[in-house]
Amino acid sequence: MDQANKFGFTINRSRLIDYDRSDRKVRDYVTLMEPSFRLCFACGGCAATCTAGYHKSFNLRRMNTLIRRGEIEPLREEVTRCMLCGKCLLVCPRGVNTRNVVAAAAAAIRKLDRNEL
Amino acid sequence: MNSELFIIPFNLGLYFILIYSVVRSTVWFRDLSRSDKLRLQRGFFGRPFMQSIREIFMESLLHRKIFRKNPVLGYMHMSLAFGWFLLIVFGTIEADFFGERHLNPPSHAIFFRWFNPGHGDTGFASVYNFWMDLLLAFILSGLLLAMIKRFIPGMMGMKKTTRHTWVDRLALISLWLIFPARLFAESFTCGANGSGSFLTGNLGATLASFLPAAQIAPWFWWLYSLALGTFFFLLPVSRYFHIPVELFLIFMRNSGITTGDRSSSYTEVQTHACSSCGVCISVCQMSYAAGIHNIQSAYFIKGLRNDRDISAITANCLMCGRCEEVCPVGIELGPMRLIERRQGERQDSIPGFLERYSLTRKRSTIERLPTQSYSYLEREDPARADVLFFAGCMTHLTPSVIAAMKKIMESAGVRYRFMDEKGGVCCGRPLMLAGRDREARELINHNSDIIWKSGAKILVTSCPICYKVFRESYYLEAQVMHHSEFMKNLIEEGSLRLGYLHRKVVYHDPCELGRGSGIYEDPRSVISYVAELQQATQEKNMSLCCGGSLGNLTLASGKRALIAADAAKILTQSSPDELITACPLCKKTFVQATDTKVSDIAELVAAALPEPARKARSRIRRMTARTLADG
Repeated sequence: MDQANKFGFTINRSRLIDYDRSDRKVRDYVTLMEPSFRLCFACGGCAATCTAGYHKSFNLRRMNTLIRRGEIEPLREEVTRCMLCGKCLLVCPRGVNTRNVVAAAAAAIRKLDRNEL
Repeated sequence: MNSELFIIPFNLGLYFILIYSVVRSTVWFRDLSRSDKLRLQRGFFGRPFMQSIREIFMESLLHRKIFRKNPVLGYMHMSLAFGWFLLIVFGTIEADFFGERHLNPPSHAIFFRWFNPGHGDTGFASVYNFWMDLLLAFILSGLLLAMIKRFIPGMMGMKKTTRHTWVDRLALISLWLIFPARLFAESFTCGANGSGSFLTGNLGATLASFLPAAQIAPWFWWLYSLALGTFFFLLPVSRYFHIPVELFLIFMRNSGITTGDRSSSYTEVQTHACSSCGVCISVCQMSYAAGIHNIQSAYFIKGLRNDRDISAITANCLMCGRCEEVCPVGIELGPMRLIERRQGERQDSIPGFLERYSLTRKRSTIERLPTQSYSYLEREDPARADVLFFAGCMTHLTPSVIAAMKKIMESAGVRYRFMDEKGGVCCGRPLMLAGRDREARELINHNSDIIWKSGAKILVTSCPICYKVFRESYYLEAQVMHHSEFMKNLIEEGSLRLGYLHRKVVYHDPCELGRGSGIYEDPRSVISYVAELQQATQEKNMSLCCGGSLGNLTLASGKRALIAADAAKILTQSSPDELITACPLCKKTFVQATDTKVSDIAELVAAALPEPARKARSRIRRMTARTLADG
């Protein structure tokens, strides 16, 4: 622990994301509801301009990764923070309909909880 | 007489629709909120009553608004509505005046010619006959136009006409049959009896010359009665229910009832008052610019009426409000759509044919849980200021607008505080447009807290989206001003001294500022103060949407670009030097859609500011030096 602080960073615990076993339900639903989700190349422009991200850790680019990896639990909290203000929409160089990605992810989680996915 | 049995379908239909209308309006009245009930009662016994009668005459019968839009379309609606009305009125008078008895049942007037086949050969009766034939010809001419419109909508200035359900089609066919059936029924009867005026008489005589008119006539009378009866029975479940409902709507509206923010019997009445005329379809930019033909207000209302799951239609709208401006019935389409967005998901429960007649409808909804939570926002303690400037999220993406506003306020000597200089919180309007009012309230409370604490007297914003929500949903002491209003005040009180730019500019009304908040003149007077303002072909209440609207969650960026390109093309028709708008979002959208320079009104005004004295002096020195050197 002391060693780590000396360098100002720590070593991440190794994690294994098995894409063959990951939960694709949310990803599939989001892609169905908002096909432009596929276009994202994770440049992070959305995260840089985000109004909500200024106040709290909220990162659309990370959300994108979470959805693709099927990591539902961290996503659950993440989707509630967006204000739908639309700055990301104007910044996105790929024309991803970002606000609808958030809305679709939120809807997907609701449906998941109701066992509808 | 046995053959008089043909009046039965008509009578059944007529009494059914009369009783049904009365019962249904009673239920609607019962379901109104207490205050709305009082409004309606007061409206019924006061000045609004006369206003309503006038409106019913001008709009429901003469169709003045449709006339203004397109004379042929107006004539079509007028001939059917006003013509039929006159035919009923004069038919009743005719039956009363020339019939053997007074105060006849309605069927006697409708089938008058059958009961008095030889009537109307001499004197006043023949003149009256001529008049009745003229009315029938008037209606038939409108019917002909209606048939043409169904197959060639372009002829009436309509870009598209509405698609119908099978009930609507059946009702349409029965409506179309009514008047030709009457024409032939009367003609055959006249032909058999050698009576009738220019239309029924001549046609009757011709037909009778080679057909057994007396035998054929009852068949057409049967057809006439059946068509009327079918039409009346289908009325409550077809789009033609708008005919009686619109009258009720006019009374409600003139009594001061408004849509509000939840569904009520007023929204129900509005749903049924829509005639699916399709005027909203032809002004919709989503339709003619982006090629999306299934989400327009007519379809939205139709989905509501038929209890369909219309969440996709509801969400896919720019909320620009152009359809509401042109709606001849005056349905508040924007608020109606927002109410539906708040409902969230619905189950698609298609009602059976008979269920559609039910007086009250239980709509299946899945309860909407809050999706967002902003408890992470920390309370702020702002410094006090008289003038608070709120740029808004969108303006932060157009730093030149912020720079221009700073320059203007400094030059006018306004002591202001920049509320969201370091990135504020969204105003809440985008959430409201997505139907998430509960969540928006959290943001509204956060921002209100800051504004109240600052003790500001004036809140200036450069974003019309924020402006609208500040004005309508915040409870503030501060006066909310859009920067165009604020600049106009500064110019008028003389604290802003401006030069004149020799530029020709066109002004684009942002939806939320123009139609949304009714601000049309302030930006125009500011612009004409500093530059030459040209007129756009579609402006003010019919101004175009830039396509960037935050009101639509689902529209793809490619479609937005199509709308933007189309709007920009129309706005820059007169090839102005600059396209001026008063909304950072419109600016961002138009920049990508046109080669013309696009600026915010603040940038234009900032460009007209005289330079500070020292800079100007050095420029003059440079110029003088150059002139001397040249000389």
